[in-house]
Amino acid sequence: MPCDNCGADDPVVKLTRIENDEMRTLHLCRSCAAEKGVEGEAEYDGGPLAEFLAKMGGGFEPSSEKAEGAPSASGSVGCEFCGLTLRQFRDSGRLGCPHCWTAFESHLRGLLRRLQGSHQHAGKVYLSPDPTTPQRRKRLEGLKRKLERAIELEDFERAADLRDQIRELEPTNS
Amino acid sequence: MISDGSPLPSASGLAWLDASGERPDIVLSTRLRLARNVQGHAFGGRARVNDRAAVLEKVRDAAGRAPLLQGVSVVEISALPRRQARLLMERRLASRELLGSSDGDSRTGAAVVLSPDRPLSVMVNEEDHLRLQTIYSGLNLREAWNLVDSLDEEMGRELPLAYHPEFGFLTSCPTNVGTGLRASVLLHLPALVLTKEIGKVLQGLSQVGLTFRGLHGEGSEVVGNFFQLSNQTTLGRTEEDLVDHLERMVRQVIHYELQAREVLLRDAAAETEDKIWRAYGLLRYARSVSFDELMNLLSGVRLGVGLKLLPGLRVYPLNKIMVFTQPAHLEEVAGRGLSTAEADVHRATYVRRILANEGVVGTESGPGDSSPAADD
Ligand SMILES: [Zn+2]
Ligand SMILES: [Zn+2]
Repeated sequence: MPCDNCGADDPVVKLTRIENDEMRTLHLCRSCAAEKGVEGEAEYDGGPLAEFLAKMGGGFEPSSEKAEGAPSASGSVGCEFCGLTLRQFRDSGRLGCPHCWTAFESHLRGLLRRLQGSHQHAGKVYLSPDPTTPQRRKRLEGLKRKLERAIELEDFERAADLRDQIRELEPTNS
Repeated sequence: MISDGSPLPSASGLAWLDASGERPDIVLSTRLRLARNVQGHAFGGRARVNDRAAVLEKVRDAAGRAPLLQGVSVVEISALPRRQARLLMERRLASRELLGSSDGDSRTGAAVVLSPDRPLSVMVNEEDHLRLQTIYSGLNLREAWNLVDSLDEEMGRELPLAYHPEFGFLTSCPTNVGTGLRASVLLHLPALVLTKEIGKVLQGLSQVGLTFRGLHGEGSEVVGNFFQLSNQTTLGRTEEDLVDHLERMVRQVIHYELQAREVLLRDAAAETEDKIWRAYGLLRYARSVSFDELMNLLSGVRLGVGLKLLPGLRVYPLNKIMVFTQPAHLEEVAGRGLSTAEADVHRATYVRRILANEGVVGTESGPGDSSPAADD
């Protein structure tokens, strides 16, 4: 049986996963398995449990799958900070530095829509050392949402901690 | 466990083995990790030696000031003997990628920050600069999230993190961007496998944005009947939504597993009981056992504990066996390298010793005593 990804003989890893409503069993050769973040059987130096978990994908890095779909045109335009080109990104599936996210912004937006179903972060708001007013406001909204949840769950220690964080951001209330 | 003068604290990072959560026979562990990067440095594969060294220094400084990280050890991979580095991996504290190759300076800056008293660790200079991680025993998503979120707050105050208002926390791989959160729960589902209901459950879960994986060994069986359920996407939803959603689905799966166990006891009590005792018997007396065989036998025994068919046996020693019978752990005890065949013998010896200390009551129950009490 050939490797489901590249056709090489004697795949060593059999992986069942569910994605987009489909249960698929993939038979992968070692190099394709490694690319998909799944470890090969014969490499023994990690120890079976760790290896076992790694093979299941969540031991360590699970779904860091190769991001696909980068347009081949303009593939040589690079990130000014680290020099990564779009073509290199398409090959490795990895960005090179924080600036890559700005350099390839419009391409990444489309990719994220397909990969993640969204391109808009909805989680924690990080505040840089001198935050703008809208950043502050967004962060405050997030903290208040967390506070509500903590109260709902009767997690009072957490609620107290969140109130402190909110107070820090609301100078008028202090 | 670990030789004197070692930079690796001996029992660190093993609290998740203690079987303290709810239904420890079904839920082995809850693991959460946040991927974070530091502003101004290239990521992972594109980071140069000086980037990696600078990131480690910044993390060291930040760790010194973060209250949750007081008393931590910063263990540099390059400074560890190879076997000790493998111990870290066998305890799920370091990835294979972090360990990398043993030669050259490719591991510059690769490190694990280990908390002495909390289930917290940080991988430094892996694919992302920081992987904040917590592992709890059993199902404990809420507490795990609170802890890793608090650590993230502390680290974010001390370190300038790479963040984009639209894309969120920036990561090397687009599958991690946004929250950077991967929450996963490791489940033991032997009854769903034995009753062949597992496929249906997997199908159902696939429709709700979760990834569910099992590992196939040589045969068609999933090794050890362990499955990992984790969030598939990291962007577009809040961390609390991701965690709460996963928790609801895990509870649903536990419910299905318990139903399947009832079916086993109702329709195949004698076979189930026989399978469990055979697994126990093999583990109790075998002189050589491979890791895959061990995982499969432990699954039967673990089911027996869940069904209260092996009275007196607890889940904790079964968890402990899984970690301490891995090659680096066996070699550490032996004080030397072991061939695969030798490791199989050492493994069987370790298992026999643990099980002998545990003791199982009621091994003498004979014919006519074969209908097991239903699990609650
Ligand atoms: Zn292949
Ligand atoms: Zn870049």
